[in-house]
Amino acid sequence: MSEGLFGIHGMALQLRSQRMGVIASNIANAGTPRFKARDFDFATALKARTAGMDASRAEEAATRFRVPVMPSLDGNTVEMATEQTAFAENALGYSATLTFVRSRVDTVTRALKGE
Amino acid sequence: MGAPLTLFDLAGRGMSAQLVRMNAAASNLSNAGSVAGSEAETYRPIRAVFAEQLDRSSGLATVRVAAVMREQAAPVKQHDPDHPLADAEGNVWTSPVDENAEMVEMLEAARQYQNLVEALSTARQLMLDTMRNR
Repeated sequence: MSEGLFGIHGMALQLRSQRMGVIASNIANAGTPRFKARDFDFATALKARTAGMDASRAEEAATRFRVPVMPSLDGNTVEMATEQTAFAENALGYSATLTFVRSRVDTVTRALKGE
Repeated sequence: MGAPLTLFDLAGRGMSAQLVRMNAAASNLSNAGSVAGSEAETYRPIRAVFAEQLDRSSGLATVRVAAVMREQAAPVKQHDPDHPLADAEGNVWTSPVDENAEMVEMLEAARQYQNLVEALSTARQLMLDTMRNR
C-alpha cells in the first residue's frame, strides 16, 4: 500500500533505517575482541528491493564484512573514522529520503483538500 | 527472547557495557599502590571482557560484558620491615596497577561511550523527524 504511494522512497527509507542499525552495531562493538564490522551496499540492496525482494532478504544479500585499513591485534575490524563517515552519510541519505516522502504526503494532502 | 532489539536498546546496552569497563578502571585506579602482607592477598587489576551479542530477528549486534576477569600480573615485592603489614621476612606486596594503562582504558571507554551517545542522538532526531511527518 505504502509502496504505491511513496514509490522508491518508502523502500529507501526502510533500508536507510536498517543500515543505521547495522552501523550503530559496529559503533557499539568498537571494543569487542574479534568482532567483524559489517555493512551493506545501499545501492545493491535497493536494487534487490525494487526487484521484489523483501527488506531483510535484500539487506542480507547486500551485506559484506568491512575490510579494515589497518588490522588490529585483537581481531576487531571496527574503524571509528570509517563508521562515523558511513553513519553521517547514511543519516544524510535518511534525511533526504524523508524530505521526498514528506513532499509526497504534502502533494497528496493538497490534492485531497482541493486547495 | 522477547521483543526484537531496537537501535535504542542496542546503544543503551553498549553504553552500560562501557560503564562496566569504566568502573573496572576506576576500581583499579583507586586500588593503585595498595599494600598487602602476602602475595595472595594483594589486589590484582580487574578487566571487563566484551563479547558480541547478535539479535537474529533484527540483525543488530550489541555488546555484552562476557566476564570481569582479574589480571595475572605479579605484585611488586618491597622490603619494608617497618611497615605494619610486613611479613616475617619484612616484605610487603604492592598491587600491580599501571596508572597509565588505566587512564588510557578510561579514556577509550569514555570516547566509545561518547560515540554511542552521538549515534543515539542522531538516530533519535531522525526518528522524531519521521514521526512528525504530517
